Amino acid sequence: MKALVATLAASLIATTAMAQNTSITIGMQLEPPNLDPTGGAAAAIDEVVYANVFEGLTRFGSDGSVLPALASAWDINDDGTVYTFTLREGVTFHDGSDFDADDVVFTLDRARAEDSTNAQKALFAGIENVEALAPNSVQITLSSPSGNLPFNLAWGDAVIVAPESAAGNATNPIGTGPFVFSDWVQGDRVELAANPNYWGEPIALEAATFKFISDPVAAFAAMMAGDVDAFPVFPAPENLAQFDADPRFNVIVGSTEGETILAMNNSAEPFADPLVREAVALAINRQEIIDGAMFGFGTPIGTHFAPHNPAYVDLLDRSPHDPDRARELLAQAGYADGFTTTLKLPPPAYARRGGEIIAAQLRAVGIEAEIENVEWAQWLEQVFRGRDYGLTIVSHTEPMDIGIYAREDYYFAYARPAFVALMDALDVETDEAARVDLMQTAQEMIADDYVNAYLFQLAKTGVANARIEGLWENSPTQAIDLTGVRWVQ
Amino acid sequence: MRWPVSLIVGAAFSVVFAALALISFLWTPYDVDVLSIPDRMQAPSGAHWLGTDHLGRDIASMLMVGARTSIAVAIAAVGIGMGVGVPLGLWAAARRGGLLDEVIMRGNDLIFAFPSILIAILITALAGPSVWNAILAIGIFNIPVFARLSRGAALSLWSREFIMAARVAGKGAVHISAEHILPNIANLLIVQGTIQFSVGILVEAALSYVGLGAQPPLPSWGRMLADAQTLISIAPHMALFPGLAIVICVLGLNLMGDGLRDLFDPKLKQGRV
Repeated sequence: MKALVATLAASLIATTAMAQNTSITIGMQLEPPNLDPTGGAAAAIDEVVYANVFEGLTRFGSDGSVLPALASAWDINDDGTVYTFTLREGVTFHDGSDFDADDVVFTLDRARAEDSTNAQKALFAGIENVEALAPNSVQITLSSPSGNLPFNLAWGDAVIVAPESAAGNATNPIGTGPFVFSDWVQGDRVELAANPNYWGEPIALEAATFKFISDPVAAFAAMMAGDVDAFPVFPAPENLAQFDADPRFNVIVGSTEGETILAMNNSAEPFADPLVREAVALAINRQEIIDGAMFGFGTPIGTHFAPHNPAYVDLLDRSPHDPDRARELLAQAGYADGFTTTLKLPPPAYARRGGEIIAAQLRAVGIEAEIENVEWAQWLEQVFRGRDYGLTIVSHTEPMDIGIYAREDYYFAYARPAFVALMDALDVETDEAARVDLMQTAQEMIADDYVNAYLFQLAKTGVANARIEGLWENSPTQAIDLTGVRWVQ
Repeated sequence: MRWPVSLIVGAAFSVVFAALALISFLWTPYDVDVLSIPDRMQAPSGAHWLGTDHLGRDIASMLMVGARTSIAVAIAAVGIGMGVGVPLGLWAAARRGGLLDEVIMRGNDLIFAFPSILIAILITALAGPSVWNAILAIGIFNIPVFARLSRGAALSLWSREFIMAARVAGKGAVHISAEHILPNIANLLIVQGTIQFSVGILVEAALSYVGLGAQPPLPSWGRMLADAQTLISIAPHMALFPGLAIVICVLGLNLMGDGLRDLFDPKLKQGRV
């Protein structure tokens, strides 16, 4: 009997070990609302399908660089308005149909169409015409010169879809990537299987499961129990020290594109007054927020730009923690006795915990910020669309998104004409040095105008089984790229 | 007459918490509005008797101010329940068997059918989460409890001779209810009020735990528990003390309610022995 049990146990261990070598379970906090990256804004969509199921003409590397994907090369004409992309041959979609220039024309025309539901239509705004020159060659004509096209086409919103399957991608995504969609159990998981006909470098994994665990306590338990092999964006930074101390796990700390800001409603009193905004910025103690809300994970920022970007300017000295000066500024603005405003907080820990700390810091200079915890749906409706707020905390995770400050209808409503002109100039500038100059001027302008209080760059705090390698350390875009992931030992 | 042991123990617990809540108006060991991030998650020590939370606030001070929130919410909610429920119950009893009786009691059944947490979520969706909405939700949930209790007790009194005498003397239903029935069911109401008080504290903690009760920075036992949840393996004291506070306070009130019943109803006590 004992021997039988031992054999059974041994074979069980052997099978799990074998299964583990080729399959992986990834934990995510939020479930995607659908699986079509060209038709939704949710980061969770891209996290599941970007580079795994769908590919674009270009793609982001783990360091944020733009690499060739379905286009093997591209040429730009002398004035920077005509791009000619050479496409890879022998690529097929998961349903067996061939990938060629017509799919590219279809995808880009669909994305920039009048009735397009693409969440980032601005990426395609400069495209005037898309034409198939040959089955493996596409010409894109821009209305004005731009150096940004390969970067724009690397976004998850610009992945190539086929006309035959585009309509069904929300529930049955069909792309060209190394993984084929196999199942989606709503509320629980999405399953992917390796694509045997993949055109590119073969991948090590045979199957991948994305499991959705919204509760941080359950996420911790699932990691500890081994139900989940990796949690690339672990929701509770307070648990990382425990994972770090455990030899079974690797803690992966990297940077994200998430500028976490205390946004102020520039369109309404009292935050329409730059003096008040400056006072708020000076009342904030960034290090306390990073330590208290994020357990030390995060880099302070003085403007809306990622510190790892080469064009970043350190502007922290424009808004040092100076409560006395903040009180003086409030008095100058006519609020010597302070005022009361609302502070609406979405669910993530950086907002909920950070909000309590910020409310205490503002109280110290006389501003009474009444905390109101809201769910994401309410936040989108009340704050993002309705502008019914005084203050809010949110992390802007899109790459290179300083352009949102030029949007008049955006929720913090800045759009100073000089800034809009700056962004227009940036759009048509192709010279790299001149672009950096423009981006730095823009960073300084929004820092000097104290549009928002810039808090910190969100850290990417992930946990993975120590035997997994190849997960991205940083998050240059919203993605959990599994193409290079494998089990070692 | 001997005082029931459960009454003495229960009242002692309850008085301690009430005293802590009252003292917190004048003095707390630390200011609960002031955060001190460098001192966060300290274990209990001489400086912080019950340790500090994840934002460096003193847990003992938070519990004292939180007791204030819990007790205030529970008192207000029991007040709503009694203030509305008892007159409704008495009115229904006075018109026993009539259409009005039927309407009132079926209305109560309707409210009873919704758990208080559901009512709270409904109110929150309409008016936003706040301590006032928590009071309203728990208060509404208390109405049918008191209405049923007072109607049932009043019904048995209405057939008694002294009520008959009052009616013969020409007193109206309102007078009889107020002068003869209410004093005779008061002890029942006090016992039930004590129990509902403890239920109120429990529900307030539950609502705050899911974010529908007291909003930060107002300290609340339920929210302290919610904040401690992900930190339980690093700083167990953050969950332990608010949890203990809820348990002891609710236990104390229940014991007190039990003891009061024994005191008011000696027959029941003898029967049990």
